[in-house]
Amino acid sequence: MTIGIDLGSRTIKLAVMNNGQLEDWQVVESSFKPHLQSQELLKAYPGKSIIATGYGRHLAKKHFAQGIITEIKAHALGARHLFPGCRTILDVGGQDSKVISLDTKGKVSNFQMNDKCAAGTGKFLEMMAGSLGYELDQFGEAAMRSSGTLSIGNMCAVFAESEVVSLRNDGHLPEDIARAVHMSVVDRVAAMLERIGITDELVFSGGVANNGCIAHLLEKKLGRPVLVPKVPDVVGALGAALHQL
Amino acid sequence: MSEAFQVKSDPELWSKLGMDVERFSNIPPVLTGVFSDVFLSQENRPQGMAYFDNMVSNIFTGRIQEMYDAKQEGRPVVGTFCVYVPEEIILAADGVCVGLCGGSQGSIGDAEKILPRNICPMVKSAFGFKVGRICPFFEVVDFVYGETTCDAKKKTWELLDQYVPTHVMEIPQMKRERDKKLWVEEVKDFKVAIEEKTGKVITENELKVSIETMNAKRKAMQRLNGLRYHEPAPISGRDMLLIQQIAFYDIPARFTEKVNELCDEIEVRISKNSYVAPKGTTRLMVSGTPMALPNWKLHNIVEKSGAVIVNEESCIGTRYYKDTIETDGADMSQMLEKLTERYMQIDCSCFTPNDERIDQVIKEFRDSGAQGIIDYCLQFCHTYNIEAVKLRQACEKEGIPFLAIESDYSPEDVGQLQTRIEAFIEQIQG
Repeated sequence: MTIGIDLGSRTIKLAVMNNGQLEDWQVVESSFKPHLQSQELLKAYPGKSIIATGYGRHLAKKHFAQGIITEIKAHALGARHLFPGCRTILDVGGQDSKVISLDTKGKVSNFQMNDKCAAGTGKFLEMMAGSLGYELDQFGEAAMRSSGTLSIGNMCAVFAESEVVSLRNDGHLPEDIARAVHMSVVDRVAAMLERIGITDELVFSGGVANNGCIAHLLEKKLGRPVLVPKVPDVVGALGAALHQL
Repeated sequence: MSEAFQVKSDPELWSKLGMDVERFSNIPPVLTGVFSDVFLSQENRPQGMAYFDNMVSNIFTGRIQEMYDAKQEGRPVVGTFCVYVPEEIILAADGVCVGLCGGSQGSIGDAEKILPRNICPMVKSAFGFKVGRICPFFEVVDFVYGETTCDAKKKTWELLDQYVPTHVMEIPQMKRERDKKLWVEEVKDFKVAIEEKTGKVITENELKVSIETMNAKRKAMQRLNGLRYHEPAPISGRDMLLIQQIAFYDIPARFTEKVNELCDEIEVRISKNSYVAPKGTTRLMVSGTPMALPNWKLHNIVEKSGAVIVNEESCIGTRYYKDTIETDGADMSQMLEKLTERYMQIDCSCFTPNDERIDQVIKEFRDSGAQGIIDYCLQFCHTYNIEAVKLRQACEKEGIPFLAIESDYSPEDVGQLQTRIEAFIEQIQG
């Protein structure tokens, strides 16, 4: 049994691997003391060696983890395990988005992350859902109901929020605005993907991959299939668990 | 040693210079802390680093006093912002040349009271230092010599002139014959401006001697950088960056002597297998925009992530010292021509086309035994940022791992940079 834990900006993910299978997993919202929370989750697995990843990896190493790897490497390992033909990964998390290229053996050959800006991240979607009065888990479905072509031009989350407010005041339907918000994220990540170049299978991981509308619009925009794992949140934790095998 | 280190204070001198003494008094203790964390925490540093540590200790006091005394003696003290402004001419007039590029977040707020926010942090930091009266170097100079290497700079000089006399040299943007002619004229005008300040015409011999002084300085830096290419690394990237930063405010002859002493020591260390990083440590080189004092952000992250930086292809790096000037038998006019030619070899991204820089980066990558290139671009530096595209293409062609980073002086992206850098190291280690 091996355990990987991903201390992300919004959530903590735990993955337990046994005999090459994902035996258990958990996703919890992170609080102010993510290392204590993590240790609480890990109580069920005493004495096991833990590999940590995510923004809190150094904190984890300080308190309990035996080793750390970056999110880049973790997503590469996790995605490749789930989809052996994967050569390109898009990971959109709470705080950043990244695109990763793998060579034929599955090793990271190139990667890019978004700049220090919320555009194209989970945080952006969360803010926009909030300003449109949607719960985050209904936001994608609402956008799917729209067939509109409304778009928002601002990549900056702060300006985009005021743009959303003015669209609302112009009388546009919330689902049309929701679709526009989703499309802006898709435009952003598609540009990152095109910059790095898409090879073979494209896997979409991270919490935002739970939003079916993003994956749907991305497939349409790229004109190629986008593979979404069953639990996209835990791909990083899974990769960490795989690292020690 | 580490307990004793302190960036010294001299409120009396600062007050004479017209600085905001109360505010500036907070800076030395902060710098003491940062310097101790970034530099003095390193193990097995060469003993010769003591001189450079001492230069930091005296950065706001002893060295300023020397410049102040030079000024009192009637010697011109000239502030510059670019390796394109010919130091040889300032030295020939017995002047003092000091690099004023700003590398601190601390003065950005002062600048943003006046300048737009979305311009390069180096320009903002430098301008803010003057506006806030919180840089003794800025306060001790007689005048500053700016140049037209980018839009942010050339337009900021117009505003800076309201605070300190600011002259501007026009740097050509292409390297054709007619551009070289323009640059010779600019160099001649620069010489006249310096002579007007001193009231003395620079003699042929004075220029020859100053060229030799600068050649010796640049050669010493080449020598040190060459020794640094040894695997395992005999000196850290952080210490090398510091030395290259100090090159912009120390007395050239003294600096040269100390760099050569350090080289001698490093040669002995190499012969005794005494290094700062174990064999097999991931070796990275940095290319791109300069890192002005006290910008140690990238080097600190990289080296604390377990890699070592083995080269800086940068203005505060090889671009400053890779070329020297041959003076054999040349008269004044020929020397100025040769000097101009030397400066025209600087491959700043402000030039178009600039393919020689791409070749130079690849050459330094090979020479230094680096395993990957981090291209460092200050935010809003469009020319380096766009040129990074060509550099990436060249690296992909050569199979060189390449990571482009855009950052400023604020600490807020340290976490993200750390992730990228650690992932880059993982990528190289495979």
